[in-house]
Amino acid sequence: MLQISDLHATVADKPILKGLSLTINAGEVHAIMGPNGAGKSTLGYTLGGRPGYEVTGGSAMLEGADLLEMEPHERAAAGLFLGFQYPVEIPGVSNLQFLREALNAQRKGRGEAPLSGGEFLKIAREKSALLKMDMEMLKRPVNVGFSGGEKKRAEMVQMGILDPKLAILDETDSGLDIDALRICGEGINAIMRRPDKAVLLITHYQRLLDYVKPDFVHVLAGGRIVKSGGPELAHELEERGYEAVEGAAA
Amino acid sequence: MSAVAEILPTRAEEDWRYADVKALADLWPLPERETITVPAGGSFARSIVQTAGGVTRLSLVLEAKASAALHVLNAGGPYARVEIDVVLHEGADFTLGGAQLAQTGQTVEIVTKVTHAHPDAVSRQLVRSVAGGQGVVTYLGKVKVEPGADGTDGEQSVRAMLLDRTATANAKPELEIYADDVKCAHGCAVGELDANGLFYLAARGLPPAQAKALMLSAFIAEAFDGAEEGDHLQSLAQKLLEEAL
Repeated sequence: MLQISDLHATVADKPILKGLSLTINAGEVHAIMGPNGAGKSTLGYTLGGRPGYEVTGGSAMLEGADLLEMEPHERAAAGLFLGFQYPVEIPGVSNLQFLREALNAQRKGRGEAPLSGGEFLKIAREKSALLKMDMEMLKRPVNVGFSGGEKKRAEMVQMGILDPKLAILDETDSGLDIDALRICGEGINAIMRRPDKAVLLITHYQRLLDYVKPDFVHVLAGGRIVKSGGPELAHELEERGYEAVEGAAA
Repeated sequence: MSAVAEILPTRAEEDWRYADVKALADLWPLPERETITVPAGGSFARSIVQTAGGVTRLSLVLEAKASAALHVLNAGGPYARVEIDVVLHEGADFTLGGAQLAQTGQTVEIVTKVTHAHPDAVSRQLVRSVAGGQGVVTYLGKVKVEPGADGTDGEQSVRAMLLDRTATANAKPELEIYADDVKCAHGCAVGELDANGLFYLAARGLPPAQAKALMLSAFIAEAFDGAEEGDHLQSLAQKLLEEAL
């Protein structure tokens, strides 16, 4: 599904990713953990194509297609979903209008026919129910006036509607209370835990991983993956801290 | 030709300081100013759609407790101007929502003069402008409160969005107040589209032009709030924005 090899990236000329390699197969859930400043969010933004995140070496392929050659909207159409740590507010643009336009733009990019208003609303209703989000909220402007937890749930509704192949979720668990964490976790499982999809969770904490059980856990430090393992690695990190685990890896 | 030059305004005149006087010459002589008096207690509404340039001039007199709502879509070129003069009598209520769009080679402006001649009148003016390429958008808005017009409540909200560093927005909200008990608020901002917002929309699959059009259409939508033909104005504006991007 996703093959990253020896990826180097800079932000404002400062090297952040320094030779990161990672392979994610269809059907797998991977978690990337790491201390502040390790490059976790940079990895997400670089794969998403955010302006200002410059790739200086290496490659990233999504199902054999060169992600780094594509514009951000083309990456979305190719099946990439980037969940934002801080979802952006867009005043005046309703969630429903935005998502319908986004979904149909993606479908157009893939050579598929656009969905009618009715077909779209059916999907939107289904996915908002899955995340226990009132449809009324989707009529409101994108993320405007949403609480931190509502923003993250809205992100998961977006993911459900856009139905990506690969989701990179950047600290989806931050700002969530216990109930919202469970709802988001269950949402991720329902939407993405499928043999033809894959997930990369970027997180600081074990707690989201209690709901979305990763198949692989990686430790990112200094712009590279310094240790990989199974779910037990997350527990070890939680108990011993990054320094101890990194130290053992180095 | 010389006779025309004598009566054409020059940019030394405050109301014409950002005008494209050369393009104006081709529109000369200007159309007659239309004058409408809304009788006491009456109401009036109009949408002014000028999308291929030109000059529209309107004078409104609102008698006591009369109300009027104007919604303006102003675009096209080379020169497009909407001039509105309003005189408010006691307790009258005036609303203006204006949206305008200029591209390279176009100078587009809304010029208003609202006079609170008597007490307790309300005026609300909201103008949203978009300029791309080397386009020029201007809003000159004067609110005058006459002596004795206490209880005046005036508000101006003026915002402009520049799509390119080469575009120009001029905004001059102006207050001239000769009464004591007056509430006049004005806000004015010139900016560009939020880069974070654009990346967010792109990351969800919207191509750049579509993402910009969506954000701009939300930006100007406020100008058509409450307009009877709001949806129609919005879809016309949307079409213009898509052409401009």
